[in-house]
Amino acid sequence: MSTVQAAKSESRTHTGDTAGRTLSGRLRSSLQQFLAFASLIALVIFFSIASGKFMTLSNISGILLATSVIGILALGTTFVIISGGIDLSIGTGMTLCSVMTGVFLTYLGLPLIVGVIGGILTGAVMGLVNGTLIAALKIPPFIATLAMMMIAEGLALVISGTSPIYFGSTPGFTNLALGSVIPGLSIPNAVLIIFIAAVLAGVTMSKTIIGRYTFSIGSNEDATALSGVNVKKWKVLIYTFAGAFTGLAGVVMASRLSSAQPGLGMGYELEAIAAVIIGGTSLQGGKGSIIGTVIGALIMSVLTNGLRIMSIPQEWQNVAVGAVILLAVYLDMLRRKETS
Amino acid sequence: MDNLLLNVHNVSKSFPGVKALADVGLDVRHNEVLALVGENGAGKSTLMKLLSGIHAPDSGSFELDGRPIQVQSPKQAQELGISIIHQEFNLMPDLTVAQNIYIGREPRSGNFLLNDRRLNARAAELFARIRIDLDPKSKVGDLTVAKQQMVEIAKALSHDSKVLIMDEPTAALNEAEVAALHEIIRNFKSESTGVIYISHRMDEINEIADRVTVLRDGGYVDTVDAGSTPIRDVISMMVGRRLSTEQRPDPAPAGTDVVLAADGVSTRDMLSGVSFELRAGEILGFAGLMGAGRTEVARAIVGADRITAGSIEVHGRQQKIPNPAAAASLGIGYLSEDRKHLGLLLDRNVKENIALSSLGRFSGGGFMKGKAMAAKAQELVGTLRIKTPSVNQPARNLSGGNQQKVVIAKWLLKDCDILIFDEPTRGIDVGAKEEIYTLLNELASQGKSIIMISSELPEVLRLSHRIVVMCEGRVAGSLSNDEADQENIMEMATRFGADDVVPAGAEPAGGTQ
Ligand SMILES: Nc1ncnc2c1ncn2[C@@H]1O[C@H](COP(=O)(O)OP(=O)(O)OP(=O)(O)O)[C@@H](O)[C@H]1O
Ligand SMILES: [Mg+2]
Repeated sequence: MSTVQAAKSESRTHTGDTAGRTLSGRLRSSLQQFLAFASLIALVIFFSIASGKFMTLSNISGILLATSVIGILALGTTFVIISGGIDLSIGTGMTLCSVMTGVFLTYLGLPLIVGVIGGILTGAVMGLVNGTLIAALKIPPFIATLAMMMIAEGLALVISGTSPIYFGSTPGFTNLALGSVIPGLSIPNAVLIIFIAAVLAGVTMSKTIIGRYTFSIGSNEDATALSGVNVKKWKVLIYTFAGAFTGLAGVVMASRLSSAQPGLGMGYELEAIAAVIIGGTSLQGGKGSIIGTVIGALIMSVLTNGLRIMSIPQEWQNVAVGAVILLAVYLDMLRRKETS
Repeated sequence: MDNLLLNVHNVSKSFPGVKALADVGLDVRHNEVLALVGENGAGKSTLMKLLSGIHAPDSGSFELDGRPIQVQSPKQAQELGISIIHQEFNLMPDLTVAQNIYIGREPRSGNFLLNDRRLNARAAELFARIRIDLDPKSKVGDLTVAKQQMVEIAKALSHDSKVLIMDEPTAALNEAEVAALHEIIRNFKSESTGVIYISHRMDEINEIADRVTVLRDGGYVDTVDAGSTPIRDVISMMVGRRLSTEQRPDPAPAGTDVVLAADGVSTRDMLSGVSFELRAGEILGFAGLMGAGRTEVARAIVGADRITAGSIEVHGRQQKIPNPAAAASLGIGYLSEDRKHLGLLLDRNVKENIALSSLGRFSGGGFMKGKAMAAKAQELVGTLRIKTPSVNQPARNLSGGNQQKVVIAKWLLKDCDILIFDEPTRGIDVGAKEEIYTLLNELASQGKSIIMISSELPEVLRLSHRIVVMCEGRVAGSLSNDEADQENIMEMATRFGADDVVPAGAEPAGGTQ
């Protein structure tokens, strides 16, 4: 319970209150999503008016494509953040997964599907290691995943021999992200993939046991453990599950670039975390949603894309994204204050 | 001897530097409520944590229904049929009531999918059975402290356990809610079950317990029959000496200056037109039911809540107080009701916690004067009889009541002229209560002015020179100590639209849906 709520404990004893408050509580939390959604719409409208090049099919599909990698990373890390943790290793981890996909497909010449699953599993294994370090050895998530970020970066370079791995021998691989299975519409598959991943993450979050324990652990870890839940086990599972998304992001990234670029990755984790936060997930854990994260990721890429179209230099784009993060978090805090 | 539900033999437990329990035994019979009492730090919670699998005993053994048991984890305790309501809240504020109650046991369809419809139905059934008025779908963080306590109680009862342990379940409840809880306990106990009940409220012991086991300083003292043993005997077993009761304060200091005056203070949510005056050297008691707005008065004065109308004068000058820091610089200290969250850094040690808000006094040229700080902290630990192996012990390791004393020590050190104590003795044992009373009296006789908010009428009557009675955010009346008694205070406290303040817990079941 937050301190403000506790201090107010005396003020209400009426019966009707509970129902009334929950209802308004629900309204408020959907209001937050509505706010984020409204900001997204506002941005879209603004850029469409500002530049004729914004509202074109190819630009929109470009935006969606640009959202795919960060978006998939953000989906997984939403679980980690709601559980009260943080994962800094997803950026370089993603690159390691790209490289491993390259190893499976190009070096070992395994079939496409094996390479894809191998890439995803690499991410899951990294998550498993992170989760074990955090849950069993009690290393704080920030430190464990910071170390893992560097380890993954190094391993990606070592394994690839510091040069890109190309997928020339597996021609179908590039189509994975850039091809289009929907005939007629030129929407790249990567967009389809993030859509499916988001639905999967959303269902997992709200309808399955792992989602419930994610919220529960983030809300009060000690209490969850005292209630007889095996918190260690579930934390490992949460990081592993999130790691699979890192793996998927790595595969999509490699496919988009038709190569595994071992030098990339650093910084992606922060963009993904930013998307999660803009989407209304609290870094303190316990609160958040997948739909919020999707909107957050879209806001980030619409903003970058729009500013680029308006020929605002890269440096200023960064400034703008930073300002949006501050604004989003501040609005969220205001809303929380109102709530209690 | 076939009649024992739970039997605890010669249990000992030490923490680094503290012998929390030494050779303690205890037994619970079927169909009884065993009260477990003792001063702060006597080892009550520790014993219960051993029974519920949170700590492992250093030595000793447990028997349940005559069979030896070992409790290695909270989960195992649940499976054995031992459930516990901890002294501290153990809820997930972001989950709903039903999700909290059935955490770890949620109904599923298949292996991974949750079935929340069945979850909510099961919770609703439970509430109907035990007659608690809660909405399974409300978020726990949105509930009042009293309702959260009800969630804890419902959670403990949902286990169909044999032994139900309650560690100070009533600390956050008002009279009617306590009565409702007692009803729940009476319904729970049966030929196959029993209850261990920890409380510092002596009146409750008479009301609910069959027998009383007393602990002192980690040792077993005695077990007596609750009905036939006078409360004061129990108390003297707890503290090892006799305490006086039924005292009244010395007469108020005559004709001193008004140091704090509220005139028509209102806030958006609660208060309307609250006026009162506080004089130098006076203890002004605030009485009223839960929800009457007493805490809100304190919050309004120190600027934690915004005032929408009215004004506040400090030492005769009108002041706008925007926040508690500003209040502190005017010499107004507020010891909040929720000490655990607002008052204590659990991971820092006792010394640092005590010195925290007066660090300026202990620094010179940018460096901390560690020795002076330790000495002062040591002195306060002595005055308040805070039970801790040293001032370097992390606050987290102190018992619940001793943590509260640390917060009190912090404010005493701060040297404010006006001190607002919100429920200063909640969760504090009878012996220490006496010391806090003496301390408040001393502070007042030194010329400090004190506002004391308390839900315990005997305490208000015992200490306050004058008593302001609140009801529904308004001042219902004000009494001098010699006019006041429990009856006329209660009469005032329920003056406006009394049916409005009946707490949820006292209502018949079925009103839930
Ligand atoms: N984890 C711990 N580490 C170190 N010391 C501890 C720990 N838990 C309890 N203690 C110490 O053991 C003693 C008994 O504490 P316990 O919490 O059982 O007291 P209690 O009887 O429940 O008191 P209260 O009425 O204040 O809740 C205290 O001196 C306390 O400081
Ligand atoms: Mg205790």
